[in-house]
Amino acid sequence: MGKMNVNLCGIELDNPVIPASGTFGFGYEFAELYDINCLGTFSFKGTTKDSRFGNPTPRIAECPNGMINAVGLQNPGVEKVISEELPKLFKVFDKKVMANVSGFAVEDYAYTVERLDSVDQIGWFEVNVSCPNVHGGGMSFGTNPEAAAEVTRAVRKVTNKPIIIKLSPNVTDIVSIAKACEEAGADGISLINTLLGMRIDLRTKKPVIANKMGGFSGPAIFPVAVRMVYQVANAVNIPVVGMGGVSSAEDVIEMMLAGATAVEVGAANLVNPYACRDIINDLPRVMAKYGIENLSDIIGAVK
Amino acid sequence: MKQSIFKITENRALTDCVWLMRMAGDTSDITAAGQFVNIQLDGLYLRRPISVFDCEDGILSIIYKVVGKGTEKMTTLPVGTELDVLTGLGNGYDLSKVGEKPLLVGGGVGVPPLYYLSKKLIEAGKRPEIVVGFNTEGEIFGVEFFEELGLKVTVTTVDGSRGVKGFVTNALDAIDYDYICTCGPEPMLKALYRATECSGQYSFEERMGCGFGACMGCSCKTVTGYKRICKDGPILEKEEILWEK
Repeated sequence: MGKMNVNLCGIELDNPVIPASGTFGFGYEFAELYDINCLGTFSFKGTTKDSRFGNPTPRIAECPNGMINAVGLQNPGVEKVISEELPKLFKVFDKKVMANVSGFAVEDYAYTVERLDSVDQIGWFEVNVSCPNVHGGGMSFGTNPEAAAEVTRAVRKVTNKPIIIKLSPNVTDIVSIAKACEEAGADGISLINTLLGMRIDLRTKKPVIANKMGGFSGPAIFPVAVRMVYQVANAVNIPVVGMGGVSSAEDVIEMMLAGATAVEVGAANLVNPYACRDIINDLPRVMAKYGIENLSDIIGAVK
Repeated sequence: MKQSIFKITENRALTDCVWLMRMAGDTSDITAAGQFVNIQLDGLYLRRPISVFDCEDGILSIIYKVVGKGTEKMTTLPVGTELDVLTGLGNGYDLSKVGEKPLLVGGGVGVPPLYYLSKKLIEAGKRPEIVVGFNTEGEIFGVEFFEELGLKVTVTTVDGSRGVKGFVTNALDAIDYDYICTCGPEPMLKALYRATECSGQYSFEERMGCGFGACMGCSCKTVTGYKRICKDGPILEKEEILWEK
C-alpha cells in the first residue's frame, strides 16, 4: 500500500484529508457515525471572540452541483468553545486539531487566537480572512493584501503554533494576497473559501437566501479551486491547503498535483456524512491506479 | 442516524400535488414519530428532507408535496428505484410529555407525521383527536388513514368547501383536549400558539443543508438558546418558542 502521510507546517498527518470548517461542527457528532481518528486532522467550526447567532434563515440554497450557505459564523464564542465544545471533541479525537478563527477587527483575531493558544491539542490556527457572510469583517480582510498581512502579523505575535491564512477567491489577484500573508509571517495558506453567489426563487421573485447572497461551494467550484491552488502554490514557499468542491480521492490527488500539501473537504460532508472516511478508504486504490507510491511526492508535481 | 439504500415499493398521487411514497429498507433508526428522512436524488446536490408518515416492518412511508425540482423528480421515480436515504433524523415528538387528551393538529403537508404519531399514541394507550386544515376540498388528503385507526377527524377548509369553514383554530371550541401536537405552516403554528392555553409540541420547517446538525443552516432562536431545527428539532415544546402571546 502506498504511503499517505504528509507534513503540514511541521506536524505529520497520517493522510492529507481534513474536513473543512463549518461542515463538521466540533467533530463529536460525526464521531457517532465513524471513528474520526481516521482523519488527517479537521478544522473546527469558525470561532469568534463573542458568541454569534449568525444570519436569519433561510441560509441554504440548492445550486447545480453545489450549494449556497449564508450561515454567518454561528458559534458559541471562544470561551464556550474552550469550556464546552473542545472537551467533547477531545473525548473522541486524539490527534492535533486545526482551530479556525474569525474576527471583525484585527484585535478580535488576536484575542481569539491568544485564548486558544494554550489548548495543547490545537496544532494549527486556520485564520479565516475570507468569510463572505458577515458584514464589516471576514472577507474584507482577505480582499486586500495589506489588511490580510495586518491580521497575520497580529496573530503571529500571540502564538508560536503554525498559522494558516484562509483566503477568499472573490478577489482579482489572490497571489498578491497570499504573498503578503507569507511575508507577514504565515506558515501556510488555505484556499479557497466559498465563491460569493446568489439564487432567486421564481415563484416569490425574491432571493432564496434571507441574506440575499452567500457562499457557493460544492463540486461546481472545484476547477476554480484547482486553478487558484496552482497559482498560489507556485508563488509562495509555504505549504498550501487546497479546498473547494473536493468530493473524491481523485479530487484529493488532483489538488495535490496542483500544489496542495493537504486537502480540505467541505460541502461533501453535508451530503454524505461519511464522505471523508470514504475518501480516505478509497485513496490507496486511486493511488495504485495512477502509480503513486508516496502521496507527498506528488505535491505540486504539475509545473 | 443511519445511511442506507431503500427500494421504492409504491409511489402514487393522492391529490394534484401531494404524493405517497413507500419504500423498503432498514428502518431501525427511525425511533420516534415526527422524525424525518433525508433523500438523495440523482442530479440534485443537497438531499431532500421529508417527514415520516408511517414506518412499519422495514417499510418507510412518506407523503410529500410537489414544490420544486426535488419533489418533482420524486414523482417520476418508478417502483423498484433505489434511493440513498438518511434515516432517524430529528428529535421527534416526546410521547412522555403528551397529556391524557391529546389533540393533533395538522395543516396541509404538515398532516403526515401526525399519522405515525397517532399510531404511537394508540400503542401508548392514548386516543388522540385529529384536526386537519386545508385551503380547499381538492387539497384534502389523508383523512381516511386516521379514520382507519378509529380516530375522530375534524376537517377545516379555508373556503368552506368541506368541513368547518376557516382555519384549524375555528374547530377547537368543539373539542375537549389538554395537550396539542402540531405540524404545519408557521402561520398556523402561530395561530394555535396564541389561541390555546395548553402545553404542546410544535414541529417546525426550515431549509436545511445537511439535516443532521453539522452545517448550522437551519438554526433558530429559542427560550433555551440557539437550536438547530434538524437536530435539536424539528419538534420544539411550546414553552421554548420565542413568539409573542
